[in-house]
This record gives sequence, structure tokens and C-alpha cells, in this order.
Amino acid sequence: MELLYQRDIYGKTLVELGKQNSEIIVLDADLSGSTRTNLFAREFPERFFNIGVAEQNMMALAAGIASCGKTVFVSTFAIFASGRAWDQVRNTVAYNNFNIKIVASHAGLTVGQDGSSHQALEDIALMRVIPNMNIVVPCDGPQTADVIKAVTLAKGPFYVRLGRPKFVTIGNKGEFKLGKAQVLTEGNDVSIAVCGFMVNEALIAAKNLLQKGVKARVINVHTIKPLDREVILDAAKTTKGIVVCEEHSVIGGLASAIDEVVAENFPVRVTRLGVKNRYGQSGEPAELLKEYNLTSTDIEKAALAVIS
Amino acid sequence: MPNPDIQIRQLEEKAKQIRRLIVQMLAKAGSGHPGGSLSAADLITALYFSVMRIKPLEPHWPERDRFHLSKGHCCPLWYAVLAEAGYFPIEKLWTLRQLGSILQGHPDRRTPGVEVASGSLGQGLSIAVGMCLVGKVDKKEYRVYCLMGDGETQEGNIWEAAMAASHFKCDNLCAILDYNGFQIDGKVKDIMNIEPVIDKWRAFGWNTIEIEGHNMGQILSAYDQAKEVKGKPSIIIAHTIKGKGVSFMENVVDFHGRAPTKEEAEKALQELQ
Repeated sequence: MELLYQRDIYGKTLVELGKQNSEIIVLDADLSGSTRTNLFAREFPERFFNIGVAEQNMMALAAGIASCGKTVFVSTFAIFASGRAWDQVRNTVAYNNFNIKIVASHAGLTVGQDGSSHQALEDIALMRVIPNMNIVVPCDGPQTADVIKAVTLAKGPFYVRLGRPKFVTIGNKGEFKLGKAQVLTEGNDVSIAVCGFMVNEALIAAKNLLQKGVKARVINVHTIKPLDREVILDAAKTTKGIVVCEEHSVIGGLASAIDEVVAENFPVRVTRLGVKNRYGQSGEPAELLKEYNLTSTDIEKAALAVIS
Repeated sequence: MPNPDIQIRQLEEKAKQIRRLIVQMLAKAGSGHPGGSLSAADLITALYFSVMRIKPLEPHWPERDRFHLSKGHCCPLWYAVLAEAGYFPIEKLWTLRQLGSILQGHPDRRTPGVEVASGSLGQGLSIAVGMCLVGKVDKKEYRVYCLMGDGETQEGNIWEAAMAASHFKCDNLCAILDYNGFQIDGKVKDIMNIEPVIDKWRAFGWNTIEIEGHNMGQILSAYDQAKEVKGKPSIIIAHTIKGKGVSFMENVVDFHGRAPTKEEAEKALQELQ
């Protein structure tokens, strides 16, 4: 079992891209050691700017850079990238439709001991509501590289959500394509739609369900916006219901995105496993996932409830 | 070299024409912000008709000097200047704030000559710093100009940008503070005092140039002076009169965000002959 930090892969991929493309500029707000943009900074000091603890300045400044034709990667923790600088992201990054790629690390509960102030549980909701903004949540290390390469080539603003802990590398995902969800296990009994850290939990749940004779379709919805409507509606039509699990508030995130598509086109039961109108808290990542009902066991239970 | 006196007279005449367009545009639109558009008219006229290296028919010319209007609500001024400079036909000015117009209530990139949208205050100086950094990375000679309102400098984001401009030694940056002393709720010194202005910018590592913002000679020499300073950004602190040029608008806070009526516009245009 391979375990990788998404952030390490992000930093390494940036360096690789930086060698091929001199039009890439990278910004960070005093967290370059954690987000790993320091790898790019070391290699290309003339194209890296540390803006200090000033996320609003960083976002608007990125727009000034992008207005001159550059592709800008902007990194900090998800809580600050999405919340602290939301107005700058809405009015200046996204409204201008600039090639700015916000790669936000330390999202979700698995930030762990730092607790509530550092656990972004609303970032997908905050970004999803902004026109022009695209949202991608890679599920492991290798997919992080795929995502970073893909968003570099794609036009417009992106929000890429990364986690803090090591992620289990998911095998047999097939080709990565922006906007195209990946069906990881075939099954017509129940669908499990997940993103990020929850993908591995969903696969464990699917294995356990199979032992009970239940065939679950696990879908890695790495691109939350634009959502792959086709795969979601197929899940609605050909399975008995959809369990959505995400390291995010149940309000406004992946579950909401799926609810919107299903409710309008083919209403089926959608069970939302996420943070239920609560703040996070300090604790070990595994303890927190248990406390907030985001484990493979919770997914399994929810799936069984759908088919019963 | 043009005779400086003639050049100054021509720019003053141009600024008067810009003020007429602002009044006409706002009266036609029925809403908008005359006060701060009129107060900064001389400063921006000088930029576009004398100071900046630009090609209005080639708005994306890579070597162009950049201008960003951080106080986006004063876009009638910017639009009048851009039209007069030839970025788009003058007739477009009469579509200000209409559905589908290239001239939105606050600036955005559908207007030729607008580099980055504005309207949410406090972000413009950061945008300008970003443009300056690219100038340094790409070793370009272009300069970046950014107009801020005085009330706007109450935004924390401005001071984040002020710190960054100084840290990155953005000597290709010239900020302009339109210090007309009023904001929408009243006098700046009563709402949230920004003094001591000069000390603040100096403390942040800036070269400061204080001028009378309706004196074209002082304006031109301030821009020249800013170009000469190396290793730090410059800010022109321009003392101006809100609503300048129209007697009944001058220093009247009501005209921060109210368009003139048809009658008021006629009276204003007479004064601006």
C-alpha cells in the first residue's frame, strides 16, 4: 500500500511544469513549507513570491499577474484561500476569468490537532457558488499530479483541494480527465459518490458490502464543478440510491451538487455523510472521522440502509 | 519637445472636455458617481494624454504602461478618458450602466482598455503590484499607475499591498491618492480619519509626492519625479476637490453617488464651457 502526501506531489509537479513552462508564477502566503510550493521557490526563485500572511493581497495580486498573461498558482491552507480572501476570489480572480489556480491544502477534518479554526469544511460550498470557478478534489498522490497538469492547460480559475495527511494511492482508477468522474467499482445495488480522502474509505466499505452480497458502485467525483451529470444520473437510474460522503459540510458541497442534479432530473434517495452543521475540533484524523461519522463503517451502514 | 505651457493648456482643455463627458454620461445614465470622477479628472487626463506609453488601437500591446482604477465607482472618468483617447467610440458613453453595455456600473474587461475589473474597494493596489512583479520578471520597461480613493485606504487590503510594493521594491509603480476628503457617509476625517497620510506611506517605505491635484504643472512634474525614484514605489498624494469644476457639486457629499438631473447637467455644462 503506497501512502503519499498530496502536497509533496503538488510541489514536485510544479517544479516539473516550471521547467517546461516559463509563464508559470507561484505565490504563497507564508505556508510554502506546508503547501510545498517551497520546492518551486528553490528551483525558480525569480518566479516565486512569498506574500507573507496576507491572503487577500495574494489573491488580488495574482490577478494583476494573470492580467499580464501568466498562469498563476496560488497556495495556502484551504480555510484561508476560500474564506479569508473570498471577495478577492469572487470579484477579482473569477470575475475576470483569469488563469489562476488556487491550490489549497489542509482541507477538511483530517487537518487534525490544529482544530476548528484550521479545518475548512465550507470551502467547496464557497467556491461552488462563484461563476467561472472550477473545483477539483484529487483522491490521492498520483491523481494530484494529473490534476495539477490538467488545470495548467485548462483555461480559467480553478480551486484544487488537497489534504494534510498521507493518502492511500488508489489503484485502477483509469484515465484522469477533468470533469469526468471515475467509476472505481461496478455494481447496481447502491452508488457511493465520494471525493478526496473519502475515496479510500468508500472502497473499504464496498469490499465489506460485497462480502454481504451487496454490489456497490464507488464513484470518484474528483471534479465537483463542472459536475459529471452523466455518471451521476446513470447512478440514480441504475442503482437504488446514492450515498455521498465528503470531508465537508453537508451543506453546499459534493452532496449538494449531486442533490441538485438528481432532484431536478431523476429523484432518488441521496444520503449525505458529511459534517452536519458543526465546527471541527482537535483530535487525531482517524478519531475525528469516527466522531463525525465519516468512516468506511458509516458508509457501509448508510449503503445498507439505502437498499433495505 | 512641445512648449510646456502649451502642453499644460492643452491638457487643461482636455480635462475640461473629460468633465463635460462625465456630466453628460451620468445625466444620461441617471445614476453613478460624479464627485470622485470630477476630482480625479486632471490626474487621469494627464496620464492618458501625456504620461503613459499606450496604443489605444492596440490595447494589448505588451509594452504598454498599465493603469488600474482601484476606486472603480469613478469609472465615468475612466470611460470618458478611454473614449477620448480612442479605445472605443465616444457614442458608447451614452450606454453607461445599460443592460448589455460595454460600460458597466463598475469597470470590467468588456471595456477596451480595462485590464482588470474593479468595484470592490481596496484590491486595486494589489493588482497593480502584481503587474509590477511581471514587469520585473519579464524585464519590461512598462510602468504601472493605480488610482485610489482616500476613503478606500481604510481597507486593510490596501496596506497589505503597500507593504508588498515596498518589500518587492516596485519602483515601476506609481500610486495616486485622490485626496478629496469625502466619502459616501461624510468627511473622511469624521468617518475614519486616515491622517497622517504622508507619514503612513513613508513608514511603509514609499516615496511620497504631495501636490495640488488640479494644477496640471504640478501633476506632470509629480509623474516625472516618480519615474526617477529607484528602489521603492512612489505615491502622489493629490489634494483635490470633490466635484471639481461644477460649483454646486464641489465639496457636496450628496454628489458622491448621485447623478445630476437634466437641469443640473445643463447648468454644469455651462460652467464647463
